[in-house]
This record gives sequence, structure tokens and C-alpha cells, in this order.
Amino acid sequence: SDNDCLKLVEYFRAQMRKDPDMASAVAAIRTLLEFLKRDKGETILGLRESLKWATDCLTGEDSSVAVSSGGELFLRFISLTSLEHQDLSRCKKVMEERGELFLEKISMSRTKVAKLCHTFIKDGAKILTHSYSRVVLRVLEKAAAEKKRFSVYVTESQPDSAGRQMAEALRKLNVPVTVVLDAAVGYVLEKVDLVIVGAEGVVESGGIINKIGTYQMAVCSKAHNKPFYVVAESFKFVRLYPLNQQDVPDKFKYKADTLKTVQNLSEEHPMIDYTPPSLITLLFTDLGVLTPSAVSDELIKLYL
Amino acid sequence: MADAGEPEGPERKDDIVKAKQEGKELTKEEKQRLRKEKKQQKKSKEKKDDKPSRDSEKEKKPASAASPAPQTPTQPPAQKAPSAAPAPVPVPASETPSAADKPAKSKAELKAERRARQEAERASKGKKGDVGPQAAPGKPKAPPSELQPVVKRLPEHVQVDNPEVLKKLAKKLERQQIPLRSDYGYKVSLFSHLHQYSRKAPLTQQLGIPSTVIHPAIVRLGLQYSQGIVAGSNARSVALLHAFKQVIRDYTTPPNEELSRDLVNRLKPYISFLNQCRPLSASMGNAIKYIKKEISNIPSQCKEEEAKRKLLNCIDCYINEKIVLAAKAIAKYSIEKISDGDVILVYGCSSLVNHILCEAFEKNRKFRVIVVDSRPRLEGREALRRLVQKGINCTYVLISAVSYILPEVSKVFLGAHALLANGYVMSRVGTSQIALVAKAFNVPVLVCCETYKFCERVQTDSFVSNELDDPDDLIVTRTGTTQLEHWQEVPSLGLLNLVYDVTPPDFVDLVITDLGMIPCTSVPVVLRVKNVDQ
Repeated sequence: SDNDCLKLVEYFRAQMRKDPDMASAVAAIRTLLEFLKRDKGETILGLRESLKWATDCLTGEDSSVAVSSGGELFLRFISLTSLEHQDLSRCKKVMEERGELFLEKISMSRTKVAKLCHTFIKDGAKILTHSYSRVVLRVLEKAAAEKKRFSVYVTESQPDSAGRQMAEALRKLNVPVTVVLDAAVGYVLEKVDLVIVGAEGVVESGGIINKIGTYQMAVCSKAHNKPFYVVAESFKFVRLYPLNQQDVPDKFKYKADTLKTVQNLSEEHPMIDYTPPSLITLLFTDLGVLTPSAVSDELIKLYL
Repeated sequence: MADAGEPEGPERKDDIVKAKQEGKELTKEEKQRLRKEKKQQKKSKEKKDDKPSRDSEKEKKPASAASPAPQTPTQPPAQKAPSAAPAPVPVPASETPSAADKPAKSKAELKAERRARQEAERASKGKKGDVGPQAAPGKPKAPPSELQPVVKRLPEHVQVDNPEVLKKLAKKLERQQIPLRSDYGYKVSLFSHLHQYSRKAPLTQQLGIPSTVIHPAIVRLGLQYSQGIVAGSNARSVALLHAFKQVIRDYTTPPNEELSRDLVNRLKPYISFLNQCRPLSASMGNAIKYIKKEISNIPSQCKEEEAKRKLLNCIDCYINEKIVLAAKAIAKYSIEKISDGDVILVYGCSSLVNHILCEAFEKNRKFRVIVVDSRPRLEGREALRRLVQKGINCTYVLISAVSYILPEVSKVFLGAHALLANGYVMSRVGTSQIALVAKAFNVPVLVCCETYKFCERVQTDSFVSNELDDPDDLIVTRTGTTQLEHWQEVPSLGLLNLVYDVTPPDFVDLVITDLGMIPCTSVPVVLRVKNVDQ
């Protein structure tokens, strides 16, 4: 019902406001956990149905890949738990406990990623990054804390100029930063040593879905033989397998309100693109440092 | 089984030879004696099998412990065995890519010895079918480090140009009373290690098949294979399983024998015979392994009727799960990848790809198909016929035109004969060519394959293990002249009719299996998960 949906969305927005540093997927999972606690359902099947409905509600608010992957992960985690206990109330108690544990674990994931990645940044390195990514920011914070000297080039990342936000945050860390045009990526690549980007979603093939412009950057890095690193938490792994740019579902490409209001999507600019695994050197996740082909291995372990 | 294993006097041996020549099935005693001879020679030469789960059950065997290394082709010459009839079994036994024979054979041998020694204290042997991989804990998600190391017995590579290996094969076939089929025609030197048979005369005219040794259903199946009447890996596996069902129905346990051991031994000559008719495919190999495992797992106190019923049920289940339902699951995943307005390219005739396209058409997806075909098999015509019958819009080209039509194509769907453990795809010859050209044009290549075709073998080229078809197939009569008719008389001319080739995983974008969509590099993960499940 719409009223319940609005309440859910309000809770989700409140979570995001409370901690602007939190990933949207984590906020989604927190919301779903709260929903679980308040749910008055009698059967496990009913619980699954209502959770699916809640996830749809949230994707209606924030259409990013991460929210949908977080929701799917939570749903799967619920289904696994429900197999072990027959009694619904016991089941729910166990689910709530495990949900809290899961949230605790994933709130540590950015720290784990930062710990793994900062060693790849050597003294005097010049780094190129794209748009505003909190994980990349955390990595660079850690590297700066380890007294490494490096400089950063950030792309402006239109249409929302998120790159400027990133530049501000980096200036606060006293890291020398330059904002470049999106079109200047090829120009600047001969000066940089490595490229680090975040990801909104990591797909089954080992490729990533990220802000538009990432694919270009990856192709240019390949041409210049510079390493292209991706930093992502494990809850961003999603069961999607795009073959090319067209194959990414429309619901991820555009913002949620665009999808609701605009009829003819061919006039709209997509907000994300797909980078195939052949262009990615390594992925840094809280499960470890993975090659793109190992992502599928992890996904099989997670989902099968 | 009393262990009266003294070496036989010459009189007994003559009896055996005479019996063989008369085409009669050897009596049980004669077979036992042959088995014991083999065992003794094996004991003195063979090294113990490395499977830890069985070590705990056996007493200390005189043979020292080491892992057999069946993969190395250098082993046959290294073992300078006196050429006694049954030479060390696992090494050259199956010369073609079939892992099926070896593990069960040596297991039966060792079990026979164990029985003879422990006859007095033999309680119910609960662990008869306990092959290595089941050492894994029951949890399906057990991390690989908890699995005990399993010695994987990989199939031997065919070595027709090695006379020692050929001699051993001949002796093995003689022992099983299967006639040896001779090679035909000049073989191109790069492929001289493979068999090359002729299809001109039907098999029954070339070989004398002892009717009491081989079940008529198997003879029929062998003929169908050798003439190409049953072709395609799914069709061959299903036909094989149906023939085995008939064999099991007609089987009666001889007195003083156990069904679980005897039936497996009964199947071995059949498998050798089928191998002679046409080399076994990877899917058939996996099916045979499954059946042998199921048969060995029959508990000894099970009554014959019930055991047979159980086995028939198992086979039906296998066909249903691994082939029929898998096709449905794969179709479901593939339909997500087919969008309206697609132009799909297919090669040859794959039952699975045809099924997928028909399903997608029924679900009202708008697409058109380009069927690529190649000589000498021209299987694309069959695929074309099936698709056009459904009403799908089709175009037909030969493989030489592939680079011409590829700019129009949006996706390529390929079937597979087998998926190897290093991610390479083994399929009909010409597939790797299409994948290569598609990659050059940036067209996504999707391979559809059921998980029962996943194979433990590793291959990086198409030479080491392949199949040579009848070279006379390449001869064609056009406008009254047959150009290559007398090719055998030209000494420098060789005709090569390859059946399979191997596509590297870089050219394949996606593999659709019944477990889901996986990248080509994840095939070993699926194999590992499957082994844990078993």
C-alpha cells in the first residue's frame, strides 16, 4: 500500500541523511531489517513477498544498482535462514540477530578495502579517478594517513559535477588535486601512474557498472597500459551479465524520477555505463584482492 | 571366490584360446583365471591407487603406494612389461577420451583381491561405491581446502602411431572378445595418432561380432553410431542410456556373483565395442561414469528385481534432469539475452540452440536467424529445416561467407560438444573460426552447454585429442566429374576430415548452463561444486 511505501522511503531517506557517508545499499539493508522487525506476517512465504515488495519500493526511490543488489542479498540471506528453522517467531529472531551481524560486518568493509588497496599507491604516485566515490576517498585517506605523497586528477563527471565534490574532500586532506574535463582523460593519462575507480555494481562477468565515463577511462588506460583498479564492497556483487552497453537494463541506466516521468527514454542521457572485465586489472573487495574472473567464483559461492 | 591362483598349465590356456576362436563366451571359470593372471601381473608391476578413503579399508598391499599417472604417454614405454596378455590396465586401456573405464576397472580388481583375502570376516561392505570425491563433508558450501586431495583419473590420449600401445589395445580387445577395427587410408602426419575409420561398408560386414558376447541393443547402437545415423552429443548420450536400460532389463545375475560387481564388468566390453564403432564423446563418458557409480552403489542385500528397477529409475532421472530439464533451464536464461530486433547467428545443428530459438520464438521475441553451414556434413540444413518449420525468419550461408554477413549480426549462439576444465570449448570443427571472426567484429559470442558435458580434461589445441572422420566424405561429384576419386593413388595427397575443434575462452563472452550464466573461466568452479555435491 502507498502509505507503507512512503513510510519505508522516509526511513530510507532518514538513514541516508543521518550518515551521508553510508553506502545506499547499506541504508537499504538497514531499512529492510527495520521492515522485517515491524512485519506482522504469519508465514515465511508472506515475509518473502513483502520483502520483495519493500525492495521494489526502495528501487523506486533510488534506482542505483547497489540498492537492488543489497535487497537481493538480504532476501537471499533471509531465504537461507528460513530453511534452518521451522517456527516463524524463532526464525525472525534469528534473522534479526544475523541481520545486525551482517550490517556490522559490511560497515567494516570499506576499512578492509582501504587496508588492501593503499599499499598499491606508491610514494610520488599520480592517480586518476572518476567522479565522487566514497570508497576511493577512504582509500586515499588511508594512503595519506600512511604518510604517502601522491597527487590526484579527478574528472569533473558531468552532468552532476560530482567530481568537484571529490576535489573538495581531497583538498581537506591536503592532497594536491586537479579537476580535469571528462574529455581530457586521454590527454592526462600519459602523466598518471594508475587509475582507481569505485563501482556501483560488480556484475557476474567481473565487469563493473559505474558512473558514465568510466568505460572511456578504462579503454584509454588499456591503450596506455596503465593499471585500472576498481574498489568495491562485496555487497555490490549483483547477478547481472551484460554483454554490451545496450544489454544493461534500463531501470539502472537512468535516475528513478526520470524513469517515472519521461516517456521516450531514447532522448535521455544514461547515468551509468558498463566496463567489461577485459579492461580491469584488479578488484579490491572486502573478500580480498580479486581478478575479474574470480568474481564469478565468489558469486557462485555466494548465490549457489 | 577361492584363490587358487597358480599359474595355469599350457593345457588350460589352449582351452581358453580354443573357446575364444569358437566365438563362445568364455565360461565363468576361464574368465576368473584370466582375471587372476592379470591380477598377479598387475600386483608385481602396478602401484597402488592413491585414494585415501580406500586405504583405510585395505590391508597393507605388497605394491608400494604412489599415484598412478595415467596422463603421461611416456608411461607405456617406461613399463617394459613382458608382453603378457593383460598388461597394466589403467595405462593404455582406454585410448580414447573416456575416463569411464579406468577407475571402475582397477577398483573391481582390487576389490576382488580384498574379498579373497578377507572372506572369513566379510561383513556387509557398506562402502562399496565410495570413490574419492565423496570424502568431502556433507555441507555443499565446504571450502575447497577441506576436501581431501582427489586423484583425478584423466582419460588417456589416443596413440595410434605408438605400436606398443596398439598392441596393448589389441590384447585388451581380444580378452574382451571384441573385434579390432582397422584404420583406413593415409593419415595426415599431424593427426597420425588418431584413428581413422571408413564408413563405406557397414560395420557388420567388416567385423565379425560375436553375438553371445555383445547384447544386440549395443550392436544396433554401434552400427547407428558408425554410420552416423545417431549423431549429436545429446542424441548419442540418450541413445546410449536407452541401450543400457535394455541391457539391464535383460540382465540376470549369474549364481555366486553380485549384481553390483558383475554388471559393471559386463558393461566394459560393450563400452570397448562402442568405442571401436565411434570414439566416445565427453557427454557419453560422463553418463557411463554415472551409471557405473550407481551400479556399484547397489547394496548387496538388494534383490535383483528391485535393483534393476532402481537402476532403470536412476537412468530415467539422469536423462530427465541433465538433458530435458537442463534444456528448459537454459532456454529460460537464454530468452533474457534475446531482445527484439536481434539478428542471431548459429552454426551447424545443435539440438540445444535449436530448442532455445524455438522457445524464444514461441515467447514472441522478434528476431531473425542466420544459419552458417560447412562441408562435408552440411548439418546446417537440418537446423534450417527445423527453424523454418517453426516459422522463424532464416538466412543460410556457408562458412566462407561469415566475414561478409557478420556486420549484420548482433549475437552468436553456439552449441558445445564439451567444456574443458581450462575454459576451452570443444565443438564442431568451424566453431572456433566463427568465434574468432565474431570477436574481431565485437559481436558477443554465447555458448550454450549443459553441465553434464563439463569434462575434467584440459586441452589448448585441436590436435592432441580429436576425431578423424571418413576421408572419402570429402569426395564430391559435380557436373559429372569426381575430382578426388583416386586420392589414394597419389602418394603425396592426404585428405583430412576433422570432426572437432577447440575454442579459447577469450573468444567466448558467456556460457549459459543449467546453473546459470557464467563466464568461460568459471568452468573449473562448477566442476568443483559438482564434485562436492556428489
